[in-house]
Amino acid sequence: MRFETKTKMSAKVTVEDVERVAELAHLKLAPDEVVPMLRDLNAILDYIAELNELDTSSVLPLDQVSELVSDTVPALRADQFVPSLNRAAVMAQAPETDGVFFKVPKVIER
Amino acid sequence: MEKPKTLAALRKKIASGHTKAADLAARYYERIEKLNPRLNVFLSLTKERAFEQAARVDAIAAKGDPLPPLAGVPVAIKDVMVVQGAPSTAGSKILQDHRPPYDCTAVARLEAAGAVILGKTNCDEFAMGSSNENSAYGPVRNPVDPERVPGGSSGGSAAAVAANLAVATLGTDTGGSIRQPASFCGVVGVLPTYGRVSRYGLIAFASSLDRIGPFAANVRDAATMLGVIAGHDPCDATSSTAPVPDYAAESDKPASGLRIGVPAEYFGEGLDPEVRTAVENGIAALKAAGCTVKPVSLPHTKYAVPTYYLVATAEASANLARFDGVRYGYRSSNSATLSDMYSHSRDEGFGAEVKRRIFLGTYALSAGYYDAYYLKAQQVRRILAEEFLRAFEKVDAIVTPTSPVPAFKLGEKTDDPLAMYLADIYTVTASLAGICGVSVPCGATRAGLPVGMQVLARPFGESTAFRVARAVEAAGIQ
Repeated sequence: MRFETKTKMSAKVTVEDVERVAELAHLKLAPDEVVPMLRDLNAILDYIAELNELDTSSVLPLDQVSELVSDTVPALRADQFVPSLNRAAVMAQAPETDGVFFKVPKVIER
Repeated sequence: MEKPKTLAALRKKIASGHTKAADLAARYYERIEKLNPRLNVFLSLTKERAFEQAARVDAIAAKGDPLPPLAGVPVAIKDVMVVQGAPSTAGSKILQDHRPPYDCTAVARLEAAGAVILGKTNCDEFAMGSSNENSAYGPVRNPVDPERVPGGSSGGSAAAVAANLAVATLGTDTGGSIRQPASFCGVVGVLPTYGRVSRYGLIAFASSLDRIGPFAANVRDAATMLGVIAGHDPCDATSSTAPVPDYAAESDKPASGLRIGVPAEYFGEGLDPEVRTAVENGIAALKAAGCTVKPVSLPHTKYAVPTYYLVATAEASANLARFDGVRYGYRSSNSATLSDMYSHSRDEGFGAEVKRRIFLGTYALSAGYYDAYYLKAQQVRRILAEEFLRAFEKVDAIVTPTSPVPAFKLGEKTDDPLAMYLADIYTVTASLAGICGVSVPCGATRAGLPVGMQVLARPFGESTAFRVARAVEAAGIQ
C-alpha cells in the first residue's frame, strides 16, 4: 500500500478509509454501522480542519506537558528487582488460562 | 436537598465518640439503597471493606488515639479507578466482570487517611462523555432535577456529593470531566495540575491529559481531599516531586489583593444568559472581597476543542488497544482465529462513543495522516499552553464560566456527537495546558439549575485557586 503523507487536513473520509482504520483498530463494524461512522467522522474532521488556519511551521509539538508545568525532572527509580503483582490474582482474571499462560485461539491462520 | 456535613463537623463527632464510623457507613448505605435505584449513582458497593475500615477507625477513636485526617469519612470512587477485588468497569461492558489485583494509589491514600470507601460510581464509558449518558450501565440522573444529566464523565461522583450519598468522592478530568459535572450538580470539583496526583491505578483514557481529582460539598473539604491524594508516586513516571502544601490552610487565606483575569473569549456567543449573570455575580463577589479584576486575552481559545479531540482520541486509541480479550475483561466466544477474537471482543464490549473515538484517533495517527492531524494538534497545544502561562504572568487566577449551559435534559444531545463535544469549550483549554483549576458553585438559573464558575491557576497554583474559590463561596450567591 502506498500513501502520500498529507500535510493539510481534508475531510473526505471514504468507506475504504473506514475499513482500513477498522483493521488497524481491530474493530469490526456491522454493515449498518459503516455509514453513520463515516458521517460522524466527516462532520468531526470537517470541524477539526479549522486548525489549518494556524501557521504552526515554527512550533515544536508539545508531547509532554510536564515539560511546561514542572521545573523538576522526576528522579528515575533505582533499577531493582522487587515483587510485582500476585500471579494467581492476575491469572484469576484471565478468560482462559492453564494457570501460567493465557490461552487464545490459534494465531497462525492457514 | 440534603448536603453532606463538613469534614470538620464529622471529625468532631467521630473523635468525641458521638458518632461511630460504622453507624455513619450504615446510614449512608441506607440512603444509597433508597436513592440509588432512581439516580443510578453507584455501580457497586464495597460493604465488607467499608465496615472493616470503619471498625478500625472506631477502635482508634475508642482508645482516644489521634485520628488520621479523613477518619470515618464516607467516600466513593469513580469506576475508572481500580479498587482491589471490587468491580472496576470503567462504565463499560468490556470490563464487566473484571476484578483488579491492586489498588489505585489515590484510593490507597484515602484509605490510609482513614476514609471509608462505600463503593464505585457510575461514569461515561472509559471517561468519554460529557453527560454520563455513555455509560453501559445506564445514565446517572442529576439529583437537582432527575430529568437532566449530572454532567460527565464523572457524573456519578458529582451526583453522589450533591445527593449526600457520600461526603466526598474522587473523579477524573481529561477534558472537563470533574469541573463540568461539579457545575451541573452544584458541588465543588478540583482539576489538579497534571502530575499533582498519581495516575497509577487509573484506567487510562488519554495519558497526557488524565487527572484524578476530588469532589466535595465545599471548597475547604475539596482542598483537604486533594492534600491527601497529592504527591509523588514512584509508580507514575509523570507524577511530580513538587511538595504538597497544606491546601486547606492555604484556602483559609483571604483573597484580597489577588489579581483576577477575565478572558472575553469565554463570554461570547453560545454562553447562556443566566450562566453569564451568575458568573458575573461571582466576579462582583471577588471585587467586593478586594481582588483586582482585569481583562486578559486568550485569542487561540477557539482552537482548543478540535485540538483536544485529536490529542485525546489519538491517545485513547493507543490506550484502549489493550482491551483485546486476551488477559482480562470480556472475551467473545465462538471466534475461530485470534484476529476474530480481538475484533469480536472489542466490537461486542465497546459502546458507540468509544468506537467513534478509537476510529478518529486511529485515523489521526495512521500513516499518511499523522503529520496533518496529530502532529498539528500537538503544535497547537503548545500555542494554547504558552498563551495561558503568559496570562499568568499578569494575573494570579483566571475566572470563566465552567460550562456554557446549565444541566441539559437527558437525551437532548445524544444524537449529535459534535454538539456534545462543543459543550466542553471552556474546560478543554486548561486540560491541554496542564494547569489547575476549581469549579465552584456561584448561583443558579431561575429554574434552580446550578451554575459553576471555573477558577484557573498556574501549574501547582492550586492554593491560589482555592483562595479565590473560597471568596466566591463565602459570598453565598443564590
